[in-house]
Amino acid sequence: MTRSTIRGLLLATSVLAMAGAAQAEDVTLTVESWRNDDLSIWQEKIIPAFEAKNPGIKVVFSPSAPTEYNAALNAKLDAGSAGDLITCRPFDASLELYNKGHLTSLNDLPGMENFSDVARSAWTTDDGATTFCVPMASVIHGFIYNKDIFDELGLAPPATEDEFFALLDKIKADGNYIPMAMGTKDLWEAATMGYQNIGPTYWKGEEGRKALIAGTQKLTDEGWVEPFRVLAKWKDYLGDGFEAQTYPDSQNLFSLGRAAIFPAGSWEIGLFNTQAQFNMGAFPPPVKTAGDTCYISDHNDIGIGLNAKSANADAAKTFLSFVASPEFADIYANSLPGFFSLNSTAVKMEDPLAQEFVSWREKCQPTIRSTYQILSRGTPNLENETWTESANVINGIDTPEEAAKKLQDGLDSWYKPAE
Amino acid sequence: MSDATLFQDAAGVARRPRRWHIAVFLLPAVLVYTAVMILPLVETLRLSLFNTVDGQSTFVGLGNFKVLFGDARWAADFWNALKNNFIFFAIHMLVQNPIGVALAAMLSTPKLRFSAVYRTAIFLPTLLSFVIVGFIWKLILSPIWGVSPYLMDLVGLKSLFSPWLGKPDSALIAVSLISVWQYVGIPMMLIYAALLNIPDEVIEAAECDGVTGWSQFWKIKLPLVLPAIGIISILTFVGNFNAFDLVYTVQGALAGPDKSTDILGTLLYRTFFGFQLQLGDRSMGATIATVMFLIILAGVAFYLFVVQRRIRRYQF
Repeated sequence: MTRSTIRGLLLATSVLAMAGAAQAEDVTLTVESWRNDDLSIWQEKIIPAFEAKNPGIKVVFSPSAPTEYNAALNAKLDAGSAGDLITCRPFDASLELYNKGHLTSLNDLPGMENFSDVARSAWTTDDGATTFCVPMASVIHGFIYNKDIFDELGLAPPATEDEFFALLDKIKADGNYIPMAMGTKDLWEAATMGYQNIGPTYWKGEEGRKALIAGTQKLTDEGWVEPFRVLAKWKDYLGDGFEAQTYPDSQNLFSLGRAAIFPAGSWEIGLFNTQAQFNMGAFPPPVKTAGDTCYISDHNDIGIGLNAKSANADAAKTFLSFVASPEFADIYANSLPGFFSLNSTAVKMEDPLAQEFVSWREKCQPTIRSTYQILSRGTPNLENETWTESANVINGIDTPEEAAKKLQDGLDSWYKPAE
Repeated sequence: MSDATLFQDAAGVARRPRRWHIAVFLLPAVLVYTAVMILPLVETLRLSLFNTVDGQSTFVGLGNFKVLFGDARWAADFWNALKNNFIFFAIHMLVQNPIGVALAAMLSTPKLRFSAVYRTAIFLPTLLSFVIVGFIWKLILSPIWGVSPYLMDLVGLKSLFSPWLGKPDSALIAVSLISVWQYVGIPMMLIYAALLNIPDEVIEAAECDGVTGWSQFWKIKLPLVLPAIGIISILTFVGNFNAFDLVYTVQGALAGPDKSTDILGTLLYRTFFGFQLQLGDRSMGATIATVMFLIILAGVAFYLFVVQRRIRRYQF
């Protein structure tokens, strides 16, 4: 009995060893990512498409939880155990990786010519000389609404701030639905879906963002305080107990049809399409008075770079060129509606909601999230502080003015734009 | 026979054999402990004296500590975390340990039926992963799907419900009580064991003297289990000042709302590993870890040198 078991084990190991030898010519690339939601799309669509064209290269997509990704990745890179390909967060997080020598320059990668300077800006050094990640996708902020509820109550998407609040009042007066699904428990919802969503309208997009970096505007200026003031008014239209409502709670409230409006990022489209049983529409952040230029946050969100210590750099570059190709852009944008390709080649998207989001690029001025470039380099971290303060404003812990002052004081303590 | 004994004794005194086996048997434990505990600790203490200056790791002496206590923002974050940590500890001492003692006293009543069932049920949460505990309680307390608003509604107390985890005044207390719920089994078990160790003669003698019921508990049993309560207090202290997991799973790394649940563990995590756009700062992280180590060391030393010496022990 024992002898036959041992013999069986020996046989098994030798067979496995042979199988291993047969595969030894294949190179396996590991992709580090925080997009664990996309696992099936990578495994079923993207990787097969690549492997069919490049026999001998195997790709493994190995995502971790979004909130742990940065810390885990940094630890893995320092220990030398990170994968060959690194999914890049935009701006400083990745720039720091490049400066530390964890990412390599991709300036001469075939396919990089498919991206504009704006698309590359999130993964380029401050002097604009070196790009170290291939841009994959951007996300657009706006509001997704439940069309069935809007039809039932006879409502139309609002264009101005006043119309927006009048609309919320009507839904509230009807009493059957929560006007807006958002919670402050996870903090980032308030900052990302709230402040960064409606903010560009008030600080005038790129103009305000660049002025803030140059130091000619302060977070205590009217353009930066007003979005907080508007945000404070949202409080009355959120569901009961929104203080302890988490992001998945908000998603569920909306997709179950209990809430009428969801302050959103376009990345929600994929999830809502599969879960919501009703028709959906979307509208951009309302402007102050009719006829004003509208501004949207069209934020470069995902890129992919090459681990400088990768043993399979050549194979990894082949994969990166594939990511830079229009073919990848097509697969990606259509299997993940809401992640808009940054490739210069226009991608035809099938999803109507995604088309609606992307159509705002033509009529509105796009900008990126104000805290991402340069301003979150120091301690205290402006992005993290914005999370806390946005939630504080909605919860009524801080007034808009107090919140803005706290943020500016924090920024002043380390950021000296004049120097 | 006596000759032989003498001979053995003489030999024992003359050349006591080197007892190599002691060293050999200790070696694996010493090696493992050094590798996974002592070296990292020493390395952390060393790292707290260094910082990155112009891209080079440089010895800065106590510079990091000066920043931690001198810089208004660092100091505010640190004192906030320390204050919350003391509240966290105080709630454990005031709620967890008395309840643990009370449960143990009830369990040790000989008349109690199904005591094994109660014991297991109360100890069970301690064995659960903090991730599960955090998740379950987040759901129970959820204002949207939770059972607590529903149950409170059944008894007409719905108006008393509020989203406790989301309010700065109540979030820390709520998280502390979740932790108490999870770990109340440990003081219960330790005290239960100590109570069972009290010899029946002592109890019988007390009963002969007319000391029964509550006064028996206060005058006989409690003084006898005091050393165990001391051990529990110090375990609670060390556990609370090292705590991180539950706050992280329930409230996230930013320990919201408005940093009201931020304890030293979460502050250390954010500083050392970074969070979202914030990059990790190992030197400052190591500095906070060193301060935590010193706080715990001071607490344990206080217990060992001041409290433990005054506790009277009874030998039976």
